[in-house]
Amino acid sequence: MAKNNSNYGSDLRKILWIWAVISIIVDVLFWFLVGPHMAPGRLTETAKNDQMDLNILMICALPVIVGVWTYWGWSLTHWGAKQNGPEPIGGPAARSNLKVQTWWIASSSVLVLALAIFGTLALIMDHGSGGGEGPNPVWMPDGPVTQVETAALNGTATWSPGKILPVQVIGQQWKFTYRYPTFGGFETQQLILPANTTIVFNVTSLDVIHSFWAYQLGVKADANPGVNDVAFTETKGTGNFEVRCSELCGIWHGAMYNSGAVVSQSTFQQWATSTQAATAANTALLPKFAWTYTPDANGAAGGYYPDGNLTPYSSVQVYGAKQS
Amino acid sequence: MSKGGRLVVSLGLFLVAAALVVWAVAVYLTPGTPGGELNFTNTQAAGQPVNLTVQTVGSIGFGPHPTWVSYMTKDPASGQWVQDNTWVLPAHTEVHMTIYQFDSGSPLRNQVWGQVEGTQGNSATINGKTVSVVNSNVGAGVGHTFAIPSLNLIVPLPGVTGNNICGAGPCLANKWPHNTVSFSFKTPGAGNYNWQCFVPCGLGYLFGNGGGMSTENYMGGFLDVVAR
Repeated sequence: MAKNNSNYGSDLRKILWIWAVISIIVDVLFWFLVGPHMAPGRLTETAKNDQMDLNILMICALPVIVGVWTYWGWSLTHWGAKQNGPEPIGGPAARSNLKVQTWWIASSSVLVLALAIFGTLALIMDHGSGGGEGPNPVWMPDGPVTQVETAALNGTATWSPGKILPVQVIGQQWKFTYRYPTFGGFETQQLILPANTTIVFNVTSLDVIHSFWAYQLGVKADANPGVNDVAFTETKGTGNFEVRCSELCGIWHGAMYNSGAVVSQSTFQQWATSTQAATAANTALLPKFAWTYTPDANGAAGGYYPDGNLTPYSSVQVYGAKQS
Repeated sequence: MSKGGRLVVSLGLFLVAAALVVWAVAVYLTPGTPGGELNFTNTQAAGQPVNLTVQTVGSIGFGPHPTWVSYMTKDPASGQWVQDNTWVLPAHTEVHMTIYQFDSGSPLRNQVWGQVEGTQGNSATINGKTVSVVNSNVGAGVGHTFAIPSLNLIVPLPGVTGNNICGAGPCLANKWPHNTVSFSFKTPGAGNYNWQCFVPCGLGYLFGNGGGMSTENYMGGFLDVVAR
């Protein structure tokens, strides 16, 4: 703070006004012009919440950027030494200004702490970025999730528009496949979802650790062998999305992706019914639907994966804080 | 040290650092696996189907890893079997693929790979019989699969029965027992598409997916699809 004259207080007030005006303009422009297009989009309720969180973080960050640039710009244009003018002030007065430093530390501390609290709440709240995922999610969406999951496990689950849809995601080197227990338990390489529907992803692996990352759905869940990682989302409109593995899992990890689609409920029902019929012969050879499967770790010999019962874990019995 | 000397030393060190960066980038971009590619773009008239013939062997029998399982491809120019499993193919062209499967089999880890998918008619011809599903839990099971994941193409290759299995590639169809699997698919637009086996046949490695399963040109490679 090289300035040390009576104009300094006046300068700060002017900086404050400039900062406030520009910040409001930038924030408003961002909110209405950029915000709706921020990642990860609005294909699901989870994605919408993620987008909202990112937008709020940006709304808080932009005034900080504007503040730094405004102060920097003002100091460059108003506080530099002028030809034939007085010598610049050196010494301690040029290095520090207790009042400005105090305000800067206090305001940035409050901002960071507030964002930390906001981020934590956003993480664990309904449709948050992380709380609804894992073997024991801290929240469940409204609706009879537990009953649907139990019916899926028992092979009695059905689906019609408006109902919750369980989908099992199976990771293996190097492709995700998807089982639909409400349509006879068929397994396919394609992930098709109905719009305006609550989806329960049950994510597991047959070999190493993978990570199911459906970016535009706002869903990311580890695929661990022997573990049923649960992730919820609620689809909104129709659209395409990509699934990628986000856990380094071997030579073809980079190629472990596929495209998915959220389609209308009637289109989904038509697709699922026709796929169920087309794959019926092979579905009859698949193991009974289970949360996890236990393949032989020694490779192909005897490597069929029929056993979901060796793992005592049952997600239906333990997950979901709202059950109690 | 004189000003000129310092300048020379600085320049020299800069050039050494720049050379190291260039070398590191070149090493990173250079494939570290053996083998090469075979060009199928000139083997037929434009618009005509491409014939691609490959075989799967339980042991390649030569090279740095002679015991590893591998695919081999019939060179369209020489007619020789070579371990060059990246294929340059014309875009939007029908490929007639024939696979001679010389290896034994077992139940699939995931029977979903027993479903033929992504080929024309979602079916394949196995020893003259058209099938859409192979039950890996009966008979000799499935030895390998041919899959192009990004095209959702998967074809199971049934295992060979008996003890008289070809021990080293290339295997001759008139000498060793095998299954002949044929199917057709259409190449997509220009680009690189990986192909791989989904049977964890890298025995002796964790989950069977090491060794030949984790080394390009053994149980995986690329379709280098080019516009023509």
